Amino acid sequence: MIDPVPPPSVAERVGFDTSEVLLGPPVGEPVMRLQDVTVEFAGRKAVRGVSFDAHGGEITSLIGPSGSGKTTLLRALNRMHDTVRTASVTGTVMLGDTDVYAGSTDPTLLRSRVGMVFQRPNPFPTMSIYENAVAGLKFNGVRKKALLEEAAESALIAAALWDSVRDRLKAHASTLSGGEQQRLCIARALAVEPEVLLMDEPTSALDPIATKRIEELIGELKHRVTIIVVTHNMQQAMRVSDRCAFLLMGEDRAGELIEFGPTAKLFSEPGDPRTLDYVNGRFG
Amino acid sequence: MTTRETTQPRGARRGSRLGLPNGVYRGLLAAVAAIFVGLVAWFLVSMIVQAKPAFSTLGFSWIFQKTWDPNHQKFGLLPFIIGTFETTAIALVLAVPIGLGTALALAYLVPHRLRALLSTAVELLAAVPSVVYGLWGLIVLAPLVREYLEPFLTSVLGWTGLFNGPNQGPGLLLAGIILFVMVLPTMMAISRDVLAVVPNEQVEGAMALGATRWQVLRKVVVPGARTGLLGAFTLATGRALGETVAVALVIGNSNFIAHSLKSPAATLPSLIVNNFGESTGTELSALFGAGLVLLVIGVAVNATARVLVRSTSRAGAASVAVA
Amino acid sequence: MATLAFDAPADPILERRRRIQGVATATLKRRKAYSKVAIGICWVFLGIAIVPLVGVVAYVVVKGLPAWNVDFFTQVTEPEGIPGGGVWNAIVGTAEIGALATAVTVPIGLLCGLFLAESDGRISGAVRFTADVMTGVPSITIGIFGYIAIVKNTGHYSGLAGAFAIGVIMLPVIMRAGETAIRGVPHHLSEAALALGARRATIARRVVVPAALPGIVTGVLLAVARGLGETAPLLLTIFGNEYLQWNPNKPIEALPVLIYNNSSQPYADLVQVAWGAALLLLVVVLVLSIGSRIAAAFLQRERR
Repeated sequence: MIDPVPPPSVAERVGFDTSEVLLGPPVGEPVMRLQDVTVEFAGRKAVRGVSFDAHGGEITSLIGPSGSGKTTLLRALNRMHDTVRTASVTGTVMLGDTDVYAGSTDPTLLRSRVGMVFQRPNPFPTMSIYENAVAGLKFNGVRKKALLEEAAESALIAAALWDSVRDRLKAHASTLSGGEQQRLCIARALAVEPEVLLMDEPTSALDPIATKRIEELIGELKHRVTIIVVTHNMQQAMRVSDRCAFLLMGEDRAGELIEFGPTAKLFSEPGDPRTLDYVNGRFG
Repeated sequence: MTTRETTQPRGARRGSRLGLPNGVYRGLLAAVAAIFVGLVAWFLVSMIVQAKPAFSTLGFSWIFQKTWDPNHQKFGLLPFIIGTFETTAIALVLAVPIGLGTALALAYLVPHRLRALLSTAVELLAAVPSVVYGLWGLIVLAPLVREYLEPFLTSVLGWTGLFNGPNQGPGLLLAGIILFVMVLPTMMAISRDVLAVVPNEQVEGAMALGATRWQVLRKVVVPGARTGLLGAFTLATGRALGETVAVALVIGNSNFIAHSLKSPAATLPSLIVNNFGESTGTELSALFGAGLVLLVIGVAVNATARVLVRSTSRAGAASVAVA
Repeated sequence: MATLAFDAPADPILERRRRIQGVATATLKRRKAYSKVAIGICWVFLGIAIVPLVGVVAYVVVKGLPAWNVDFFTQVTEPEGIPGGGVWNAIVGTAEIGALATAVTVPIGLLCGLFLAESDGRISGAVRFTADVMTGVPSITIGIFGYIAIVKNTGHYSGLAGAFAIGVIMLPVIMRAGETAIRGVPHHLSEAALALGARRATIARRVVVPAALPGIVTGVLLAVARGLGETAPLLLTIFGNEYLQWNPNKPIEALPVLIYNNSSQPYADLVQVAWGAALLLLVVVLVLSIGSRIAAAFLQRERR
């Protein structure tokens, strides 16, 4: 007698009960919530008391003049400051139901849920394009070839790189142009299927054409992952983001959140005179 | 050479226009560089000329013959070539993992404040003369190896046949260990430098993907520095191959091919230094020949190392300082 | 077994996220343990490396210090069994060899360094490569060269032959260190002088070499430290001498040779002298190495 064999569940395939693993909530809900986030280096505040929510399916941009703590704040969201001995982060960052800075939260695991793209393209130069794309998966213990290839292809397609590299996946990452390298870095981060993607001025090292393509790409990705992007370029913030947080250097040189709201409103009718000054100053 | 440059006509108004004409200056520099090149050429030619009698008397095959017996005009170099490579191999088996692990610790694990201090200490240790290592090896380490290490290794690894024979102290194993200790600071200093120059962006890129600390080091930092590391290992190999006095003091000096790691043996440099004083005629020429063989091996290894290390520029500066 | 809800067709990205995070969570303990063990091994290796290196220095200090007294620095060596005696003859020899080799190689090495720094052709590339390879040539072969070039031609061992061999070892080190230091001088300095119409030789002497002085001093001191510690070339060239010999054209003694010869003697008093000499050599070499750093830092500060 033959029992009808049910298709293997994810739990069986993974060999682990995944029902406890949290997923990003539906579009429009807050995915990452910052409450009174303060970053200090050796007792000196670099960012003070920032609170806002980044919503699912949206792009949140962090803008402000240099020194306003945008990048410092962004790096607090995936605990990149952990390696700096003198750094301390207070306040609360929630990723879904996970308290990012709780003692029980592992920073390694957290970073697989919160991806990051840096200012300058930083593909691993000793790895091939394919190896770069699956590097994060391998770091996280994924060994199954099928899953690696599926994730890599999906991420490379999403990063608009698949068509140009599908025939040379074994080529070194350094053979790509600057814009392509940055897209590979985006693909590398996407392949892990993070819930949030942090982008730190992702186009600052690129030429205008490559910048435009990355901006278009960011817009397409928001259905896949919640994006928080730092930019010093206000037009870019206007073009790509749904909500915008404006930071400014406050007293004793610590960055503070001046205003947070829908991008269109923040630029057209800002609630704070300092935002107005900044917006006007930039547009002359 | 400098005197000609420094003499200037007195009372010159526009001093900046004086000094040697550019052409003469360039010619002077080129001439001095030619002195260096000439010196190296003289070095190579004289080695070859002096070794030639041995080659013409004994033919080319003497290099690979097994017997060194001056009384019967036999000057086979094989035992010494083997000894040279064996001692170097022992040193590298120890020095590669330990040097790499230590360099990783110095570059990324040790607290920031200690890093500079320890790195300086390591660079200073690289300057300790090899004869001091030899003295220490002979007087301090040899009894320890004889009483503790050799019995231990014999009981654990005796089945391999590598540790047959009596425990004696001086021999291949001790020579390998001394070479390991001697090349370790060089290895650590250069490896640390090439590991430390791996861009921080790469490290952060891996971290941000969820890599553990070790994954960052193993998958990104070490591969990123691999050319420089290979260069460091090759430089260390060159030093180990060419070391004379530290080895000569602790290897036990036997003209036969060793059949156990505990046996006394000899290397090309130790052969030369031990027999040089008493040799004449064909034997002396054979010693020059041994030097020529050593030179060829040494140049090949070092040329490889330099090509590799040069590709990582800062490490190039470090290697000049410590190599 | 209960069927899980997401067996139904789901968003492929959400499903993949669930799988990846499942694996990441499941393997976390193992990955972290592996990382801890591997990094622990690095620390153990650091410990293994430190023990013998500290051991060498500590032993030389502990064994060598008792040998130090006034006689040790002022008397010549005595044969075994005769109390007293020192290493004055070896100190004189080492100092002479070091001074001769340094006096000849520093000017030649610096000019060669200038040559390498100022030209970027194939020829200078080949010279640079030759110098690099020469820094790593087994030192005993250079001892053989000293023997062939000087001892054989003059018919006797001598301090000069030793100084020649040590100089050949030091020369490429000084060349490359000099080149590195000179290349480190900012271009705008020499370009400013060039714009004023200065000649290259003048620029080199007045601008480039003074600006590169910290690096040059470091390189020279390190080269001297290395030269003084070399043993094998001296064994083939200076022969050694139990008596005080000021004339560098005669066989002389040197500290490394004395250490080498005494250490394998079966007499405790000779080994004791070897430890004392090893300590002296160690101190000299470390003082030169540390001094090179201090001198470089000092000269650098002077400039500001």
